[in-house]
Amino acid sequence: MAKQISCSRSRDLDKLLLRSGNLVGPTFDPGTDLRNDLQEYAKVLVVGAGGLGCELLKDLAFSGFKNLEVIDMDRIDVSNLNRQFLFRFHDVGKPKAEVAAERVMERVNGVNIVPHFCRIEDKELDFYNDFSIIALGLDSVEARSYINSVVCSFLEYDADDNPREETIKPMVDGGTEGFKGHARVIMPGITPCFECTIWLFPPQVKFPLCTLAETPRTAAHCIEYAHLIKWDEVHDGKTFDPDDPEHMQWIYSEAVKRAELFGIPGVTYTLTQGVVKNIIPAIASTNAIISAACALETLKIASGCSKTLSNYLTYNGVDGLHTKVTEFEKDKDCLVCGPGILIELDTTISLKKFIDQLEDHPKLLLSRVSVSYRGKNLYMQAPAVLEEMTRSNLDKPLHELMDKCPKDIVHVTGAAGKSGSKQSCLRKLRVVFKVNDGVIDMDVANGA
Amino acid sequence: MIRLFKVKEKQRELAENSDGKPPVKKQSAGELRLHKDISELNLPKTCSISFPNGKDDLMNFEVIIRPDEGYYSGGLFTFTFQISPIYPHEAPKVKCKTKVYHPNIDLEGNVCLNILREDWKPVLNINTVIYGLYHLFIEPNHEDPLNADAAAVLRDNPKLFETNVRRAMTGGYVGNTYFSRCV
Repeated sequence: MAKQISCSRSRDLDKLLLRSGNLVGPTFDPGTDLRNDLQEYAKVLVVGAGGLGCELLKDLAFSGFKNLEVIDMDRIDVSNLNRQFLFRFHDVGKPKAEVAAERVMERVNGVNIVPHFCRIEDKELDFYNDFSIIALGLDSVEARSYINSVVCSFLEYDADDNPREETIKPMVDGGTEGFKGHARVIMPGITPCFECTIWLFPPQVKFPLCTLAETPRTAAHCIEYAHLIKWDEVHDGKTFDPDDPEHMQWIYSEAVKRAELFGIPGVTYTLTQGVVKNIIPAIASTNAIISAACALETLKIASGCSKTLSNYLTYNGVDGLHTKVTEFEKDKDCLVCGPGILIELDTTISLKKFIDQLEDHPKLLLSRVSVSYRGKNLYMQAPAVLEEMTRSNLDKPLHELMDKCPKDIVHVTGAAGKSGSKQSCLRKLRVVFKVNDGVIDMDVANGA
Repeated sequence: MIRLFKVKEKQRELAENSDGKPPVKKQSAGELRLHKDISELNLPKTCSISFPNGKDDLMNFEVIIRPDEGYYSGGLFTFTFQISPIYPHEAPKVKCKTKVYHPNIDLEGNVCLNILREDWKPVLNINTVIYGLYHLFIEPNHEDPLNADAAAVLRDNPKLFETNVRRAMTGGYVGNTYFSRCV
């Protein structure tokens, strides 16, 4: 059947896509149709065109994906050139996304990459929904949290609290720091999402302000003094911009003065950048390893040619080479990817009646309730100033307050449990409105 | 997965014409956790909170503290709170808007409170931060100073410290610095 493993350039890929095996996914259907479908229908977004992003674009292009897009808000800097191999000295100052896309398209036949030189928050949610898989090469908790919440917002659950397969948008997330890195597969509703495991991050190192002000002992203390205290004293009102070399130079010279005052060695411009921007020196090989893992997982998800890693790979190259895959579990109460509790309501019900109902709902038993919907606080039971501002909403129909959506997510906080053992909690609710003469059929509304 | 992608392509064409309300911006997990903290605030009568950007922006608010005992009794002190989208992973950013003569608050408004920096834990909340700030006025601490002069006076000459605080609060000079009235 599938024996066309010729000596073509796609020979390695063909070995994975054209023949069956023992480790293949459950719906794997080998053949040239699969290979062609991958090229035609799979659309992958690479978020970030830096250390991981450059490697990811190359790896994905070589893995047979023909429709790629890349988004990055940064411009190329000289310090990137040791590992972001798509860039050259004469590219410094140009947008990373545009140069990366151009370079890969020059070298790989048939691939099409659309660059986006902007912030991830500037794109409409529809933009992200367009892609089959999203691969992340980001460098901050905040950016990952944002993309995670966008992708998990596409997730829908059926009446039995099972995720609907067609609303699951897979993500592959990679991260590196010096000799260490991680690669993980996120299937919203099945594996833990980013928020489910945010407790994995250790707290950031923060020095006490008084140490910085009065008793510095290390070079980092001197730098943070200049950054957090001296800057405001001298530049009243002006915000410090870590990407402005003049600002960074000012911080460096102030830090040197302070270090001399206290006899502390070790303040250098590189250390200043590192402390202020929280940078750890980056290594090309770590980025290559992690991106390779991510690109491989992307290929597996798209084609089913093998079971994906489940679900968190950590890599440590400090002493030798060590990798481990851990299977973390989803947090069923996760506010971002969890199903929440399904509540069916009449379109005429007022906010007040809705709140009263929550007290008797067997899975909730909530009292002293506050309700928020898509960033709008419908009712706050405390503090007094907010209670007054939102009291007028109590008599309005909830359906109207929710912009007449037939179904949507609402968050409520309150004290849960039978009197005597009340605990404060925050719950996600899936509210579905029934028209007076029957339930709005959710499947029909979805257009399946 | 490939089969799913093909199905989705066709579905999207159909959905394009349906009722589709465009999905709006998402609320971050940080905003939700903050919503919980704010709705459970249990403030003493000496502390009050206000939301200058209206009821829908909980990420930026002000807290006013009016101590009714100790050196700062009768004074009125305003703090601004700025909450990050990854709260509670990151501590709230708090600054004192009122110029005050205090060993733990400098003249730029920086506040030296351990739970705002090195001792912050995600299990803490807005209530604990406000209590921490209140405590600074009831028991100023000369051991971890941001304002070294004020700390030295408190340590060596508490009576003089008391006088300095009163003079600063009613409006006047302490050393070379002028403090506006805040009682």
